[in-house]
Amino acid sequence: MVNRIVVGAHYGLRDWLAQRITAVIMAVYSVILAVVLLTGTPISYAVWKDLFSQGWMRVATLLFAASLAWHMWVGVRDILMDYVKPTGLRLALQTVTLLTIAAYLGWTVQILWR
Amino acid sequence: MNAVIKKNRPKFLSLPALLFQIRLPLPGWVSILHRASGALLFLAMVWLLFLLDRSLASERDFEFVRRYAGLPLVKLSLLVLIWAYCHHFCAGIRYLFLDLDRGVDKPAARATSYAVLGASLALTAYFGMKLW
Repeated sequence: MVNRIVVGAHYGLRDWLAQRITAVIMAVYSVILAVVLLTGTPISYAVWKDLFSQGWMRVATLLFAASLAWHMWVGVRDILMDYVKPTGLRLALQTVTLLTIAAYLGWTVQILWR
Repeated sequence: MNAVIKKNRPKFLSLPALLFQIRLPLPGWVSILHRASGALLFLAMVWLLFLLDRSLASERDFEFVRRYAGLPLVKLSLLVLIWAYCHHFCAGIRYLFLDLDRGVDKPAARATSYAVLGASLALTAYFGMKLW
């Protein structure tokens, strides 16, 4: 049997696939946002504020943030698995990573629905 | 009889070896930069969220962000992050195609590596110009 450790990968297709699907979601959002920002009127506070008060923009940005959170988790975990070998230290860093990502996500929601 | 050249084996991936003995192939550069840019974006997210937060808070805060982003060091940092995003984006698309078994042979892999490095620098220059 394969030697499975608790701070390893999740031994399946799910994270690998999630990283790619979230990447595509973020890429689509990025292109749309770039087009909106570059073809619209020059960004003043009113334009900027108005853009982020639209319902579709808030939901799209939330989807982007959720995708980013998942994507970051898989990516950072891969980096930790490659460079941090002691199990305890890796577990601690993974925990810090998850807390950081949760905080990022919470802050994003706060910024969007203020 | 023992005229066989003694090869210095095995080689280990020590830092000096990485710096002076082993030449990373071009796709290798794209790969390590993809990882480095991803890590950088993860760490910088707290700062980017701060900027987004302030820019949407009020007219005065928006003006603060505008002036803040004009400071040379801030501008440079933002350019680095824009490059990181563009590189991560372009290299990521390359990996999606590699996952689909497209562009796997050596000439194609080299060509798309050049394309990724060039495109991300060009996009960075373009967005940099648009921002300032």
